[in-house]
Amino acid sequence: MESVGACEERNPLLEMLDGFAKALRRAGLPVSLTERIDALEAIRRTDISDREALKNALGATLVKTQAHWPTFEVLFDVFFSIREGPCEGIDDTWLDELAVADSVIARDGRPPAQSEAELAEMLMAALAAGDLGMLAALARGAVGRYAGMQPGRPVGGTYYLYRTMRNLRLEEMIDELMAGSEAQTPLEIRLEREEFEDRAEMLRREIEAVIRRRLVADRGHEALARTLSKPLPEDVEFIHASRDELEQIRRAVVPLTRKLAARLSRRRRQRDRGHLDYRRTFRDSLGFGGVPVEPKFRRPRPSKPEIVIIADISGSVAAFARFTLHFMYAINSNFSKVRSFVFIDGVDEVTHLFENSDDMETSIMRINTEADVVWVDGHSDYGHALGAFRDRYGKAVGTRTSVLILGDGRNNYHASGAEALEKLHRRSRRLFWLNPEPRSYWNSGDSIMAEYRPHCDGVFEVRTLRQLERFVEQTF
Amino acid sequence: MGGKFESSEDVLRALAGVRYLCDKRVAGAVYLADCLERPVLVEGPAGTGKTQLAKSVAEICGARLIRLQCYEGLDEGKALYEWNYRKQLLRIQAEREERAWGDISEDIFSEEFLLTRPLLEAIRAEDPVVLLLDEVDRIEVETEALLLEVLSEYQVSIPELGTMRAVQIPRVFLTSNSTRELSEALKRRCLYLYIDYPEVGREREILLAKVPGISDDLAGEVARIVRSVRRLDLRKPPSVSESLDWARTLVMLGAEQVDPEVFDETATSLLKYRSDTERAQRELAGLGAR
Repeated sequence: MESVGACEERNPLLEMLDGFAKALRRAGLPVSLTERIDALEAIRRTDISDREALKNALGATLVKTQAHWPTFEVLFDVFFSIREGPCEGIDDTWLDELAVADSVIARDGRPPAQSEAELAEMLMAALAAGDLGMLAALARGAVGRYAGMQPGRPVGGTYYLYRTMRNLRLEEMIDELMAGSEAQTPLEIRLEREEFEDRAEMLRREIEAVIRRRLVADRGHEALARTLSKPLPEDVEFIHASRDELEQIRRAVVPLTRKLAARLSRRRRQRDRGHLDYRRTFRDSLGFGGVPVEPKFRRPRPSKPEIVIIADISGSVAAFARFTLHFMYAINSNFSKVRSFVFIDGVDEVTHLFENSDDMETSIMRINTEADVVWVDGHSDYGHALGAFRDRYGKAVGTRTSVLILGDGRNNYHASGAEALEKLHRRSRRLFWLNPEPRSYWNSGDSIMAEYRPHCDGVFEVRTLRQLERFVEQTF
Repeated sequence: MGGKFESSEDVLRALAGVRYLCDKRVAGAVYLADCLERPVLVEGPAGTGKTQLAKSVAEICGARLIRLQCYEGLDEGKALYEWNYRKQLLRIQAEREERAWGDISEDIFSEEFLLTRPLLEAIRAEDPVVLLLDEVDRIEVETEALLLEVLSEYQVSIPELGTMRAVQIPRVFLTSNSTRELSEALKRRCLYLYIDYPEVGREREILLAKVPGISDDLAGEVARIVRSVRRLDLRKPPSVSESLDWARTLVMLGAEQVDPEVFDETATSLLKYRSDTERAQRELAGLGAR
């Protein structure tokens, strides 16, 4: 291997690459030394004035999972945007006009009114014609006019993006374009609208990039890279997730489970490859003068576990319960049976909501409306819920059943009901408790995990999808 | 090999010459793989032309394509090499009386008794070859290790014979449908390329290039409808090969444009689940309105 990377004389690009790789690593991408050397080698073979080629070269050598690509893209923009020529592929006259417009703003602080209308008009025209070069130029104009960026202010790009987009009112523009369209059948209308939405999305991304570039110019790429890095969806904590993040998690569940299901079933088939089949091995050996050339094995008979899920769905942990139920049902082909129960202070069975249903979303929404889980006041009461479960559904748990209890173990100072849990534990094959809180918070305040713990085969901290996946993979 | 391609534009042009229309990211990865002598790991949804990429590269280089279809349970004997033990046994039995064991054992572990499998074959090939490891994600993590020596050193070690080095470095493509994460060790040795569904404009070009007799308008409409259908939350979104099938069907039926009846008649070539078809008809109002 050529070790050119290490002894090359310092050059700005090399240092940039170094910082870039570090930033990628900080964001959670596993970038190894080999890959950095590859990246360097790749850059030498690439025309680095072509920004897209540079991005592709770095992407191919440093990013080995598509899920990491968005993070890579953002950081690439942060690190390599200043090197971009100010105006690639854009008609120069437009730039001049915009530069004038920009300087006007700079002089008296607020944009002249007619140029705002002009901008809107140009934007409409560009959206209608699908002129990407002009859209890119207009993105710069729009940011200059509407984002109200102030040097040194420590807000993130989202705030500026929001301000710009709110002022542009792209939705209305698309409606207007559609009103003037010649499309007649519903299909044509839909196709045309999607075309416009695509272009608007392109504009949005361009605006985002412009803002990022200006932020870099203002604060430097190292600082910005740190503030920009967001956790990957599988690392977002359930109980602190924002609405956007919940949506991201929701989208990440399905691909994750598909992979996990494939892995589990594969492993089950391999784990027990069956005992040696003496008879067949011996019979086969006759062909080779009695030498058992190829041992034969019996076909394995896979045994699938039976699952009972008991989930706390009170406000604080509802999101956790929802995703875990979704997750378990998505891999239910690996279990012989899944039954699910939800509780707050009362308990109810919800298995029927998931059976014969393709649409997991609706099933989960129906839990909230249809399950009868409130006994007294609608605050979690594990003691009562566990007791009620044992009395009403105790038969659901047998010697082949693995029980999963989902909840934070915060009991609002009610009685713990640990004896009911102990009974369940004794009847079941295994019993696990999954808690969405960090381990360090357990047993503080009204959390009484310590009382439940002796009656579980394991208690697990499951704050993120990643931890959930790991738990399932280790356990089943 | 030493860089048969001049630049990534060169790759792009050459691939277009064999009617494989791709974007700069794809061409760039192929070009870099060529320069750095690294395998390319290609991921992406099914039916976006991952396997076709390897075939097309083989075509433009005038190379022989050696393909190893991966599956669960693939082992050394199927991927690398195997000793032809039946033949070995015969030899032992034939010469049992006459020769000393030492002579025979040396004899039976010679190349005469070696069955080469795709990986070894690629290494030993004297003519240019493209090695395609299709659907690597189907083999077990442990089996991946078998590939590592070939992928990083372009050699195969056979204990009885010694190490076989590549006569010339083969171009290697691995494809994966990402049903599982591949190991870090494997990824580290490869360049990574993700091939997504093409954007509308490119899909239109692909349709025009691959479907004989299709009109400009119809290609555009097919591409736009397919984009729209892919956005629905379907069990199996239509792949490029399916949109090609659909376009061919439309051309065969002589349809000039897509209306509800035509869609009803032809939907099976685009969508493979009943629920998906119904959903598409419902959502793209005006399709299947009747």
